[in-house]
Amino acid sequence: MSLLAVADRAPSVGHGAYLIIAALLFTIGAVGVLVRRNVLVMFMCVELMLNAVNLSFVAFASRLGDINGQVAVFFTLVVAAAEVVVGLGIVVAIFRRRKGTATADDLHILRG
Amino acid sequence: MLDAAYLIPAFPVLGFVVLLCVGSKLKEPHAGVVATAASAASFVAALVTFAGLVGEDSHHRSITKVVFDWIPSLDVKVAFLIDPLSMTMVLFITGVGTLIHLFAIGYMHGDQRFSRFFLYMNLFLASMLLLVLGDSFLLMFLGWEGVGACSYLLISFWFERDSASTAAKKAFVANRVGDVGLMIAMFVIFSKVGSLTFSTVFERVEEGVFSKSVATAILLLLFLGACGKSAQLPLYVWLPDAMEGPTPVSALIHAATMVTAGVYLLCRANPFVGVDDSAMTVVAVVGAATALYAALIATSQDDIKKVLAYSTISQLGYMFLAVGSRAYVAAIFHMVTHAFFKALMFLGSGSVIHGMHEEQDMKRMGALKRFMPITAFTFLAGWLAIAGIPPFAGFWSKDEILLSALESFDGPLGVLLYAVGLVTALLTAYYMTRQIQLVFFGDPRHGKADAHGGHAQGEGHTEEQGQLTTPEPVAAGDQAGRGDDGDHGALGAAATPHESPPTMTIPLLVLAALSVGGWVINSPILLDYPLEHWLEPVVEAGRPLHLTEVSTATKILFSAIATAAGVIGIAAGFRIWRRGADQPGFEPRLLRRGFGFDQILAALFGGPGRKAADSAAYRVDAGIIDGTVDGIATVVRRGGAQLRRLQSGYVRSYALGITTGTVLLLAYVVNRGR
Repeated sequence: MSLLAVADRAPSVGHGAYLIIAALLFTIGAVGVLVRRNVLVMFMCVELMLNAVNLSFVAFASRLGDINGQVAVFFTLVVAAAEVVVGLGIVVAIFRRRKGTATADDLHILRG
Repeated sequence: MLDAAYLIPAFPVLGFVVLLCVGSKLKEPHAGVVATAASAASFVAALVTFAGLVGEDSHHRSITKVVFDWIPSLDVKVAFLIDPLSMTMVLFITGVGTLIHLFAIGYMHGDQRFSRFFLYMNLFLASMLLLVLGDSFLLMFLGWEGVGACSYLLISFWFERDSASTAAKKAFVANRVGDVGLMIAMFVIFSKVGSLTFSTVFERVEEGVFSKSVATAILLLLFLGACGKSAQLPLYVWLPDAMEGPTPVSALIHAATMVTAGVYLLCRANPFVGVDDSAMTVVAVVGAATALYAALIATSQDDIKKVLAYSTISQLGYMFLAVGSRAYVAAIFHMVTHAFFKALMFLGSGSVIHGMHEEQDMKRMGALKRFMPITAFTFLAGWLAIAGIPPFAGFWSKDEILLSALESFDGPLGVLLYAVGLVTALLTAYYMTRQIQLVFFGDPRHGKADAHGGHAQGEGHTEEQGQLTTPEPVAAGDQAGRGDDGDHGALGAAATPHESPPTMTIPLLVLAALSVGGWVINSPILLDYPLEHWLEPVVEAGRPLHLTEVSTATKILFSAIATAAGVIGIAAGFRIWRRGADQPGFEPRLLRRGFGFDQILAALFGGPGRKAADSAAYRVDAGIIDGTVDGIATVVRRGGAQLRRLQSGYVRSYALGITTGTVLLLAYVVNRGR
């Protein structure tokens, strides 16, 4: 029995569940960005929010039978990949500069 | 031959450039020679152009020579308008200008800024020629401001003297007041026509583009400009003070040429008069009032140049009286003869001042005829010319003006203007007689500590006999002139007066000849008013007054009356001033102080005017305008100081802001539909 067939036979979960999970993931990500000080963790939380949006995109695409939702996800993935490259580069630079710590609150030179 | 017109202003410009580049390296007389040569070459070019213009048919004597397109979008070309009016101006400007340049070589001898003087003089000449040759109001205005700037530079030529630099500033400010009128007039003309070129504008005027009220307004605004430049009431105040400049400057700029620019302007603008001539009544009244007013002041001045300055204002008043009477030709005629005899007398006074070692007080002169025969002889020619004694030049031109005033205005106004003109003629004869009596006749008062003492005993009759006869041969005077070079540094009250060098006396002799015979340009005898016919095509649009139509008997009658006025003035002058120089009874304090006009101005602008300016400066400007600007800046600065706290630099607080904002926006978008 192929894996595909198992999926076919699995009882279908309602689209609402996907959206609930997406909302949960997004909230976790948003709260994480707001409350954590570690730059790397904040960065990971941003990724979490991105993927929550991706999940809701896919759910809606499936629900509405519209391929455009999935296309948008691919765009998001590509942009996220590029963003990760830049973002991680910045994080590494911060780590080197701050001798091992990466607290976002230390980086407030741009304040008014 | 008409192409020589390009050369007329080119020569003074060339002289200016040469002096600008190498002037400081030239030895003393050479800078003056360069400038005089430039002026003379310009005169020759003017003669050639004039000959070319005479060759044209009388109704095609208006030729424009374009140099280049200056501002194409505004239809402004640098172009010269060659017509009878501009050529008349050019001829006497360059001619008299050359003589005065020549005179200045002698007069400015030994001055430390010798070459700079001639640099300014050539620049002035170029500007003046641009003024009269320019074919548009804008180009004329360029020359107008150019001569104003040169006037400023030359009045303050001896700027070490405080009074000279103050006088220059006064001249500049008074002229600005008039220039505002001229500029507004140009704006109005441009807004109606879209061009400032004389030919275009005057064509439109004849087409009826300007309504009567607009034409009147333009004429009055132009007249305001003319009042400033030509020293008419109430803007005349700068001209007496302008005598602080070297005397050749007074002769060239403040008597012969620049101050007549206002008369030229109004004559040039005569087509506007064809639309409506009510403005001309104002011009005539102001002119007559100025003539009388300045003549009254001139009767009581002690400074030899101040007398001539007030006399110039008075004579310019005559010219405006003529323009106001629409007798443009008479105005131009008097302008030319006045240029001859007033330049002569200014140069004569310069020669006197030179010979008297910088003494200008007539009360310290006297009997100079003995020491300076040529100067005295030529000065007497100018005196008879301005006093209106036939057949000297002033007689003819002044006579025409008086007659035009009477002919042009009906009823009491005409009679009043005529009477004012006649009284002015009498006063003119009187104050000029007073001047020559004090300077050239009587007892010598120079070298005495108390200038106002000492009465002549028995001098009276000899001088009366000597006044009209030719003085002794001039050889002795020339020798004295040459030998004086050493004693200029060590002058003192005791120094003997001496005759001036030939460079100064030759211009005097030429100008004296012109003062005697210059009237032939508009002679009614034998020649049938040549100037009248020559200028006719230019002034025909302004409904000119033709004196050629007045009967000969009337003319002879009025000439006789005018001559009688002159003779009475002269007789009174001799009778009173032969008695001695110290006669305060005939010099009222009010007139000595020029009716206190300067004091009134000073009180007005020094008191309330200053307070108004102070309140404008410290209350309105510093309080309201600056306060508003400062207030806005303070609000912005304080607001910014508060707002900058928001920018904490903490990424997480920004993120909180973004999140909150997004949630609020979402809430709004979601709830909007309900």
